[in-house]
Amino acid sequence: MRRAFVDALLDIAKEDERVVVITPDMGFSVFERFREAFPERIYNTGIAEQNSVGIASGLALNGKVVFVYSIVPFVTMRPFEQVRIDACYQNLPIKLVGSGGGLTYGPLGPTHHSIEDIALMRALPNMSVLCPGDPIESVLCTKEAHRIPGPAYIRLGKGSGEPTIHESTPDFSIGRGIVLKEGKDANIISTGNMLENATLASGLLEKEGIGCGVVSMPSVKPLDLELVSSLSRKAPLFSLEEHSMIGGLGSAVAEFLSESGEHSSFLRIALPDRFCHEVGSQQYLRNLYGLSPEGIAKRVISRIK
Amino acid sequence: MELEERAKNVRRRIIEMVSKSKSSHVGAALSIADIVAALYFSALRRTTVQAQERDRFILSKGHACAALYAALAEAGCISQEELDGFYIDGGKLPGHATLSCGAGVEASTGSLGHGLPIAAGIALSARIDKKGFRTFALLGDGECDEGSVWEAAMFAGNAKLDNLIAIVDYNKLQAFGYTKEVLDLEPLAKKWEAFGWAAREIDGHDLKALDSALNSVPFEKGKPSVIIAHTTKGKGVSFMEGRIEWHYKSPDPEQRRRALEELQ
Repeated sequence: MRRAFVDALLDIAKEDERVVVITPDMGFSVFERFREAFPERIYNTGIAEQNSVGIASGLALNGKVVFVYSIVPFVTMRPFEQVRIDACYQNLPIKLVGSGGGLTYGPLGPTHHSIEDIALMRALPNMSVLCPGDPIESVLCTKEAHRIPGPAYIRLGKGSGEPTIHESTPDFSIGRGIVLKEGKDANIISTGNMLENATLASGLLEKEGIGCGVVSMPSVKPLDLELVSSLSRKAPLFSLEEHSMIGGLGSAVAEFLSESGEHSSFLRIALPDRFCHEVGSQQYLRNLYGLSPEGIAKRVISRIK
Repeated sequence: MELEERAKNVRRRIIEMVSKSKSSHVGAALSIADIVAALYFSALRRTTVQAQERDRFILSKGHACAALYAALAEAGCISQEELDGFYIDGGKLPGHATLSCGAGVEASTGSLGHGLPIAAGIALSARIDKKGFRTFALLGDGECDEGSVWEAAMFAGNAKLDNLIAIVDYNKLQAFGYTKEVLDLEPLAKKWEAFGWAAREIDGHDLKALDSALNSVPFEKGKPSVIIAHTTKGKGVSFMEGRIEWHYKSPDPEQRRRALEELQ
């Protein structure tokens, strides 16, 4: 996803000379090409995240469109108040880009996990929250973040190695979900890097004779309420995310459904409200927390049977 | 009009505003009245240049915004009616400086430690765009407790942003004690110098000294400049000077009358 993001950003920067990149000392093997192409438009501001978002805001106040890149916790949580006041309250074109969404950095431990970031970013007025599900969505989200005037947060997964799920580039704009397939017995709305496991779980369920649809929802805020509403009236609905139960996609869907009258059953599949003290890879931790394809399929079956 | 007259008018407006709205931070606003007067009526190139080329001023100690609004009113950017709505139900000017009031405020501030990073970003954008304007940021001394101030100081020194000027309102008092006792800033000028800045210390109520310092930046080519302005909290109103309670209290009608009398 990161590679796809940088490719998209290079294209955008060629077209739009306002684009500047700020990084608090992250980007090894990511931004070398950008630095070569636009040496005057990328700044390593040092391991000082509060100042980095402040600098970005000053640049944006004077007409720049600024992408700030780091690992998720260090671009959302460490400088949270600068994001809240400097970027969001002033409603500036600052695009935060976090790599390592969810449990991507598994064995590095909870300091580098990002399981509360969607909740935090979603709560901020003016902020848009985009969590791409594969490299194609990564490009689409980068372009959308650039297109909209205000602040945005893009939650990336790994550097590379994530499979491309979409066979071709789907129609996407901010606030719209992407339907991969509709299910007669259940539908999973997935955000971010759980998209692969959503499709694999759907395949497993198929073998059990359960028709489970998959919808990708990179745009957590604004959410595609129309699509959620229509899905919720058809079959049991599940949300899926590599994020805490609290405040992410599941919460966003639940908030909407609880006020929207009739709908079928709804279940959040997400991480529990706890720090992850077990040591292990993303894959290992996903298995442990029921976010493997098998784990997801099991939750769907036990809910609908 | 002489700078002395401007500074006095700013102070009178501050007293009127805070007593009308029963708001706090009058001591902090009076502390910077001379600095904002020297900025708006001497140093800042605002009206003689194109809008994009205007010098920028960021009030990082946003709680002292009564002084900023007063200076902007004095400069004709804010109407008396708008000023009367300061801190008042339905008004446009909240108790911390806000961009959205649309009256020449350059950034929303109020949470301390945000203004210098923003000012450094603006200064960097001027360099990228090859524009000649300068960016001034006014910080409180207590505000210098914030780590983000020193992150920005290190960045600006390293980037050699000599189009950036910080002014520290060094009134020796912060929210709950004397600066010297809470977190001693000394040696303050040396700290800035160690971060790659050129520093000058002046009496922050001496308008000639302010005028001269503000109009001789950068102090050194290739370095950001800092003016450490020694001030008195509540300056200009005898019973408010150097007293911590005027960080919180608002003058009652009798105190308002006495204050305005002193500022004749």
